[in-house]
Amino acid sequence: MPLAKISMSVPVVVNAEACIAGKGCTVCVDVCPLDVLAIDKALGAAYMKYDECWYCLPCEADCPTNAITVNIPYLLR
Amino acid sequence: MTHTTSDNQILETDILVIGGGTAGPMAAVRARQKNPDLRVTVLEKANVKRSGAISMGMDGLNNAVIPGHATPEQYVKEITIANDGIVNQKTVMAYAQRSFDMINLLDEWGVKFEKDETGDYNVKKVHHMGTYVLPMPEGHHMKKILYRQLRRHRVQVVNRYMATRLYTDKDGRIAGASLLNPRTAEVATIKAKAVILCTGAAGRLGLPSSGYLFGTYENPTNAGDGYSMAYHAGAELSGIECYQINPLIKDYNGPACAYVTGPMGGYTANAHGNRFIECDYWSGQMMLEFYRELEGGKGPVFLKLDHLAEETVREIETILHSNERPSRGRFHQHRNTNYREKMVEMHISEIGLCSGHSASGVWIDENARTTVPGLYAAGDLGSVPHNYMLGAFVYGAIAGEDASDYCSDAGFGEISSEDIGTEQQRILAPLHRTDGISPYQMEYKIRRMVNDYLQPPKVPKKMEIGLERFREIREDLPLLYAQDPHELMRANELQFILDCAEMAAHASLYRKESRWGLYHYRVDYPETNNDEWFCHVQTVKGAGGDPECFKREVEPYIVELDDEEKDAYRKLRVASTN
Repeated sequence: MPLAKISMSVPVVVNAEACIAGKGCTVCVDVCPLDVLAIDKALGAAYMKYDECWYCLPCEADCPTNAITVNIPYLLR
Repeated sequence: MTHTTSDNQILETDILVIGGGTAGPMAAVRARQKNPDLRVTVLEKANVKRSGAISMGMDGLNNAVIPGHATPEQYVKEITIANDGIVNQKTVMAYAQRSFDMINLLDEWGVKFEKDETGDYNVKKVHHMGTYVLPMPEGHHMKKILYRQLRRHRVQVVNRYMATRLYTDKDGRIAGASLLNPRTAEVATIKAKAVILCTGAAGRLGLPSSGYLFGTYENPTNAGDGYSMAYHAGAELSGIECYQINPLIKDYNGPACAYVTGPMGGYTANAHGNRFIECDYWSGQMMLEFYRELEGGKGPVFLKLDHLAEETVREIETILHSNERPSRGRFHQHRNTNYREKMVEMHISEIGLCSGHSASGVWIDENARTTVPGLYAAGDLGSVPHNYMLGAFVYGAIAGEDASDYCSDAGFGEISSEDIGTEQQRILAPLHRTDGISPYQMEYKIRRMVNDYLQPPKVPKKMEIGLERFREIREDLPLLYAQDPHELMRANELQFILDCAEMAAHASLYRKESRWGLYHYRVDYPETNNDEWFCHVQTVKGAGGDPECFKREVEPYIVELDDEEKDAYRKLRVASTN
């Protein structure tokens, strides 16, 4: 069965300028219970790869440079 | 198609704890304290630093049994009545007797409980009869404190590995587990003398009304892994028909009412702003009144705080916006909801399985033992009703201690290489296809059917249709396609969900009466029938591979109930709103 791609707006927003993933930080990726964050190596910043958020906030709370904002997912906003 | 190396790696530990949320770390620490020679491993699908139901902490204890405020006997009575009599009182008593020591241990570890001027615990009344609620306004450090103890006791922690199945030896004794790495799709086998399941609730069973798969009340990491693994290992499950359903803020998955705002003067109200239930303590009976008001002419239901003083509202906000579900503040902001100005719309959650909040779990005795030798369960998964966070800690401790003793006599069970081969093929299959049905579509469909056919009020024909739909989805499993290891994790989780959905339908069909208010409200048998159904309903994997149910007698009570107390939870509706 062929597959289609669907675009989703995701709740976790990363400020790429503040993010220090390029220097090896992986705190947000480590603490996410659902493992939905990843590092964009080219950009040197974290991003939300899968739209599976519990908006629970460890990523935002534990980020050493306050680079992360977690919004409420649009479907329930 | 992603290629993986399955190199048949076999690891070994004495005690394997599956799940590093609340009960798991406590089980591991107590096992090591009891016998420092044991190798104890905590396996965690996420990262123990921020995993499980209390990843962002907890705002209070719901069931603290503290001398001077409550006795273990009183607590056992309260929970017996709240659970409509269907309890193994020995298990509730085992919790109640250790509750106070556990609070003191957590206090020693640095958990901050609310205390009065004299340094005593500041306990509040929320339940119908007794006084058991102890606030933790600074409870957001919970996971850090547990992590420190794991390190101190040199527990081996393995993050980002999920268990997919348990292995038993030829005699049915526990032998180990099958593991999958959700980042690399590496598979492994771990041998253990004892396994303690601490995998939490089945939180991804019903679909939240928002339609967002992960907007569940429970941490959605908890897909029902332990229910499914115990089931396939041959263990008895209990009370699966006694669903978990909670009153939540509409569209947001946070609870708000009983434990935090109740003691401060907030309450559940109808659209007229009037109270309609006497007591906000979560029980099936309370949920039925909540449901009736929600669907009735005075609905929907609201949380009323707009009558409170400014300083009280500010205190409530501080607690609710920093603990347990701290994104609540931003949710309210988007909708221009201010607790001072208007009531907050509430709704009922999707259904789930959870013993911590209701009574659906893997059957355990007062030593946290399941019916499979060497297999334990604790926390939201273990069948001790209304156990909540403190019960998870106590039963984690009990399981760790008992498993530690068990290991001194037990050797390793033999895992057959055939079992390993079959299991690894099963878990990796979706990754080896080139197209097919995505795990999201299949999960969405299962959970939408759960809502359509399994949600109370329960109608037998609907549940039978639901089972037909689940069977068809099962036939679609060979089409399941995962694009990467992460999707492979979801593909395996949805099979846990499917098992839980089938068990929920079977157990609900089996119990031909109504009990626990909304949790098991059978429209065709609206009354409670103590003559035929004063018993546990157990669910096991039948010989044909489908769930089978049978009755298990309720053990004789160790604390007798007074006649006038028995109905305490049935008289919940405020008389003037009838």
